[in-house]
Amino acid sequence: MSALLVIDGLTAGYGGLPIIDNINLIVAPSEIVLIIGPNGAGKSTAIKSVFALTSIISGSIRFGDREITGIATQKLVPMGIAAVPQSRNIFPSLTVRENLDIGTYAAPPHDRAEVEERVLTLFPDLKQKLDQPAGELSGGQRQMVTLGRALMSEPRLLLLDEPTAGLSPAYLERIFDLILDIRKAGVTILMVEQNARQALSIADRAYVLVNGRNFASDTGANLLASDEIRRSFLGGTRPS
Amino acid sequence: MMEFINFYLIPGLALGSIYALGAIGISMIFGILRFAHFAHGDVMTLGAYGTLTAVWLSGLHPLLALPVGIVLAVAAVLLADKIFYKPLRDLPTIYTVIASFGVALIFRSLIQLIWGSQNQVFIRGVQKPLVLFDMIRVSALHLEAIAIIVIAAVALHYFLTRTKTGRSMRAVSDNPELARVAGLDTEKVVRSTWIIGGSLAAIAGVLAGLDTNIQPNLGWNLILPMFAATILGGIGKPMGALLGGMVIGLIEELSAYPWITDEPLINPGYKSATAFLIMVILLIFRPQGLLKGRLL
Repeated sequence: MSALLVIDGLTAGYGGLPIIDNINLIVAPSEIVLIIGPNGAGKSTAIKSVFALTSIISGSIRFGDREITGIATQKLVPMGIAAVPQSRNIFPSLTVRENLDIGTYAAPPHDRAEVEERVLTLFPDLKQKLDQPAGELSGGQRQMVTLGRALMSEPRLLLLDEPTAGLSPAYLERIFDLILDIRKAGVTILMVEQNARQALSIADRAYVLVNGRNFASDTGANLLASDEIRRSFLGGTRPS
Repeated sequence: MMEFINFYLIPGLALGSIYALGAIGISMIFGILRFAHFAHGDVMTLGAYGTLTAVWLSGLHPLLALPVGIVLAVAAVLLADKIFYKPLRDLPTIYTVIASFGVALIFRSLIQLIWGSQNQVFIRGVQKPLVLFDMIRVSALHLEAIAIIVIAAVALHYFLTRTKTGRSMRAVSDNPELARVAGLDTEKVVRSTWIIGGSLAAIAGVLAGLDTNIQPNLGWNLILPMFAATILGGIGKPMGALLGGMVIGLIEELSAYPWITDEPLINPGYKSATAFLIMVILLIFRPQGLLKGRLL
């Protein structure tokens, strides 16, 4: 099976200042791939680079058989990539329905009603809130709105930048369950996550970045079992 | 009572309509492009002169010749955006604000160069007022202005809530970075903003020209009350700006009504000051404007 996303020797950052240095990363179709690492390791920069929100200094990014390095952000959605930024990721004054609708504008789905039905089956909480401004929802519900918006474009690859940031533990579990459901629906996922321990338990594979460089990569289970990774990145204690 | 309606209320609503049409554009441009467009008054003037030329050439009524003024105003703002504003888009907005002052001067100078600086009129002679129910005596123009703002309000609301472009505009105004991530065509949104803002400005310019006369400072003289209306409505919210325009227009006219004694409450010479007083009070106590929400 050929890779869906290949990041090859990528050096990128902001305003010419590199944050990540010579990163390599591969995502195969239907995988959940996780990027973890300490603060400032360049995790978000890596994911933003795929979405052309950083300045790329060298290296390449390939999606399927297409080179997408330097392609404008707007053009990536029609190609089948959708992204959920970490913060400010909804349109607060638009209703929930309008937020979802925005997801279809760049990449009109084959059957809009059917896609919306599927998205609302994933996020039943939103059904009663469709006509409410998204800004009035709770943090967890907003996260569902933004995930829903991204899924409305029927992406092949979904990029998630810390999908559980700032959420209560109850919502945290739900979001991870939802991510598994989304993958089950055939969407490949590349995500950055602070709650590394829980995220590793749902990830197929993970990359550990340190100081903007590849530090380690392995299956989620192996990284969870590794003493070194646990000591350095997962807070030391053995999972119960 | 009839005097109040004939000489204060209806002229106030008509003046408010003119302010509102200009303020909607200023507010939308602020919401989408994040800068105060000081050339907006001169876009109105361009619309008025474009229409005037069409009236000269065709002999049509100014409101029928309006499309020519609209086309001229829209072409002018699209060109100004391409040449002056777009290259400054990624810099702090103060650069674009100052550029818009420059564009205002360019527009005004070109108008003086092409049409001269003397006063012109759309229709010569005294216009007879319309008499309704034997009691209401109003100018047809004022009723037309009020009708236009009602149509504009309904059309704008429909556009912003029901159409793809309108919703995209609200999305860009809400969260431009996410709009880009969601794949929205932000340049198309910017273009639509100029087209709508320029069109409404041209209509406002023609109405203002019909109400008084046409001269190169026509729109520039209206820019301050229009900004007051924009702020009153909550900057970046066109429906708020529309309401703000109506309120400012009404306050200006009604402040001259002899509310207490037989004398005007406030000398009409100071009527624009009353609007500003309201604006200052509002900025202190309710700086977010009258309405909540954005761009609606």
